[in-house]
Amino acid sequence: MSYRNDFLKEVEENVEEGEWVKMCMQCGVCAGSCPFGPHWEHSPQKIFMMIRAGERIQVLSSDSMWMCTSCYNCIVRCPRKLPITHIMHGLANYAHRLGLAPKGQPTRVFAKTFWDNLVKTGRVNELKLTLSHYFRDGFIQGIRNALAMKDIGLGMMKARRINPMELFGGHGLQDLEGFHAIVAKAREIEDRKKGLKNG
Amino acid sequence: MMSEMKTAAYLCSGCGLGDKLDMASLSKVAQKAGKMAIVREHPFLCSEEGVKLIHDEIEKESVTHAVIAACSRRSKTEAFSFPETALSRVNLREGVIWVVAEGHEEIRQEMAEDYVRMGCAEVKKMKLPRGNPESGKEKNILVVGGGLSGLTSALEAAETGYKVVLVEKETRLGGWASKIWKRVPFSSPYNDPQNTGILELISKVSAHKNIEIHVNSAILETSGAPGKFVVRIGKAEGTETEVKIGAIIQATGFSSYDISKLPELGGGLPHVVDQAGLEQLAIKAEGKPIAREDGKPIRSVAFVQCAGQRDESHLPYCSGHCCATSIKQAMYFKDAHPEVDTVIIYTDLRTPGMGEDFYRSAQEKGVIFTKGKVSSVENAGEGCRLKFRDLILDEESTIEADLVVLATGQVPNSGVNIELPEERNQVSVLNLSYRQGKDMPQLKYGFMDSHFICFPYETRRTGIYAAGPVRRPMDMLQATEDATGAALKAIQAVENASLGRAAHPRSGDLSFPTVRLEGCTQCKRCTVECPFGAIDEDEKRFPLFNESRCRRCGTCMGACPVRVISFENYSIDTVGSQIKAVDMPDEFSEKPRILILACENDAYPALDMAGMKNRCYSAFARIIPVRCLGSVNTIWITDALNSGYDGVMMMGCKHGDNYQCHFVKGSELANYRMGKMDDTLKQLGLETERVTTVEVAITDHEKVAAFINDYAETIRIIGMSPMKGFG
Repeated sequence: MSYRNDFLKEVEENVEEGEWVKMCMQCGVCAGSCPFGPHWEHSPQKIFMMIRAGERIQVLSSDSMWMCTSCYNCIVRCPRKLPITHIMHGLANYAHRLGLAPKGQPTRVFAKTFWDNLVKTGRVNELKLTLSHYFRDGFIQGIRNALAMKDIGLGMMKARRINPMELFGGHGLQDLEGFHAIVAKAREIEDRKKGLKNG
Repeated sequence: MMSEMKTAAYLCSGCGLGDKLDMASLSKVAQKAGKMAIVREHPFLCSEEGVKLIHDEIEKESVTHAVIAACSRRSKTEAFSFPETALSRVNLREGVIWVVAEGHEEIRQEMAEDYVRMGCAEVKKMKLPRGNPESGKEKNILVVGGGLSGLTSALEAAETGYKVVLVEKETRLGGWASKIWKRVPFSSPYNDPQNTGILELISKVSAHKNIEIHVNSAILETSGAPGKFVVRIGKAEGTETEVKIGAIIQATGFSSYDISKLPELGGGLPHVVDQAGLEQLAIKAEGKPIAREDGKPIRSVAFVQCAGQRDESHLPYCSGHCCATSIKQAMYFKDAHPEVDTVIIYTDLRTPGMGEDFYRSAQEKGVIFTKGKVSSVENAGEGCRLKFRDLILDEESTIEADLVVLATGQVPNSGVNIELPEERNQVSVLNLSYRQGKDMPQLKYGFMDSHFICFPYETRRTGIYAAGPVRRPMDMLQATEDATGAALKAIQAVENASLGRAAHPRSGDLSFPTVRLEGCTQCKRCTVECPFGAIDEDEKRFPLFNESRCRRCGTCMGACPVRVISFENYSIDTVGSQIKAVDMPDEFSEKPRILILACENDAYPALDMAGMKNRCYSAFARIIPVRCLGSVNTIWITDALNSGYDGVMMMGCKHGDNYQCHFVKGSELANYRMGKMDDTLKQLGLETERVTTVEVAITDHEKVAAFINDYAETIRIIGMSPMKGFG
């Protein structure tokens, strides 16, 4: 630990809302307000303190940011008005880009699956999303997961909430090229904002 | 004197008194038992017409002593103000009809009649106070200490038109304020350190026509009393000046806690300084990046908060200013060179007032705040290494810094501790020629004793006021306000003294203690127990009262074993005669009598408020207000028990370190004296429960009725006093 400003500066430059981290006054209200409090490695209060203490690797490889459910309790209660939820997501994003985010962290895996699914056709293909999520731990486990959920699945099919035909191609946006151009532009703008060359 | 006394009693039947009490019978009591020459009833005594009736009769009939039986002595004070007449107020409203529950008509009437008897008995023992004949007329104000507090007091008093004598021990005015680079901001926007303004203050004071300045000087002796202090000022060169002074402000400030006592935090290492040391470096840098003593530029600095503070082995208290001061000093670095790493390590960051904005501003500037407890500071390479426990991450950490700043605390410059005068290295500030000691009494940690809750500017030496960090730890803004307050108190003191009146809290009281020396046994209790050091000793070893120093609490009167001390309108007799005036029912009547001696500052108003809220209490109680429990002489208790009272309850203020006694030591002394009462009770063959003391604060109006009722129940259980009929 250095208690130098290096990592704090890195966060301020690269993380969405990162310039707020120095304003934390360590009251712990965020930690006390978080409904997931006991289930993650470090509370926001600790994450902010670790950033100031220069614990770079520990922060970026923490699972904490991935556990946030965006309930916004911490933002509402923070007496210093820190946008804590946004900072946590910003940190997650930054850690992911650097390849330091925890590899098997389920939220992260699901988020990645979701994004890949979405970008492919411009629409979320719920059937494929569900199946790729079920089968993430291999074929046998996938069958087990599917069987465990079969009643709900059949019910949804009966109620026409899921169309089995979507498994084959599925429908997408009419102007898929245009959508991909939008996504690429958004990434470019964000990278420029954070001074990065590529994500 | 007795032949000149003309008595009159005025009974009011307004506010429902006439409905609930038999007024005719009360009048008869005033006439027969009370022996009042004139007795009048009026349906609305505090009306213009009622007051005129009293005024006219005082004029025409030369009434010298009057009893007003109406509401509490705390009500209608403006209407019932007859400065040329000795006056006793009988509290029939708040004290009787508002507090006795319905259905107790007989004992309510007995209570009212007893109070009328008591009022009549008291007034006949009273004399009209004539004011202190020894009063002094000097109005000059002496300010001891030429720092921020002293300069502010001097300027405030001088601007109000009073002559000021300012004494400073150093060769220059300014004190600590002239030894710092900038101050924590006093005014919005609270973002950046501000200029101290001390040079402007010094030049204003130096140029003021009402201020006489003595630098390089000390007080050789202070004698006398408010309105007539004589102070000898000695210059370091040996010359001496004598000045006549009305009141004194002691603004001697603080010394920084010696960092060499903190070796574990690096005290004594070359790159470890205290906050004052950092100020010196900052003054040298003049706003440019701060360098160390050895000339090396500073790239990293760590501030250690609470260094030797809030620590039982050093200073047990918080000095209040140091968090904001460290924040300010971290800004010195950040403002000059934002790349400098500044870490403030604290256990609890305390930034009262607008300090929170200042704190936020420092965070915006990039000052890092770390909650941690530093265990050691050592030399390491070119700088220092700090070991500490990070209290958020809950782990041991180290940090290296070019410079370490220790936030040490304020130690008051209060002179000699008069309780421990033999302690070494104590240099007196005021050199008082008082019997009780050379300097002001201290409360805790060497700070001056002052009534923290109700009147913080008051001290235990009348006419001498403490201002600034000598009174309690404080920052510059607080010291400025404190100094202004002390200047106003000093002005009040000289004005009251010149009129022969008491200072706070009996401000305006014209009575003063007199002692019948021929009865004095030279036991010295009064001289020792006076909370204000008002009583010296003359060459024949008799007590020498300095009336102008007296606060009129009567603690001396309570202390005197031979009862030779009294005030004109408050004496052993004025209270004793009331105790004896109560009509004592016999042992078989099942009507006990409980004497309550209630402190007039807190307990009596609380009782009045209980009345206003209709909180009922036992009609067997007979309440007598006293100036302070300290004035309660044990003779009153033994007299009461001998004459058949079933219980005596004393109601006074909280005592101890967090005392609320308006006369500081009164309730404590009463408690001490009553602690010895048990033996007396046993000798009399009485249960120890027959005398009790309770602490009552002015806010206890909801509890006070319960205190009485619980005590009445205790008395019912232990039974009636066997002493009835012998008194």
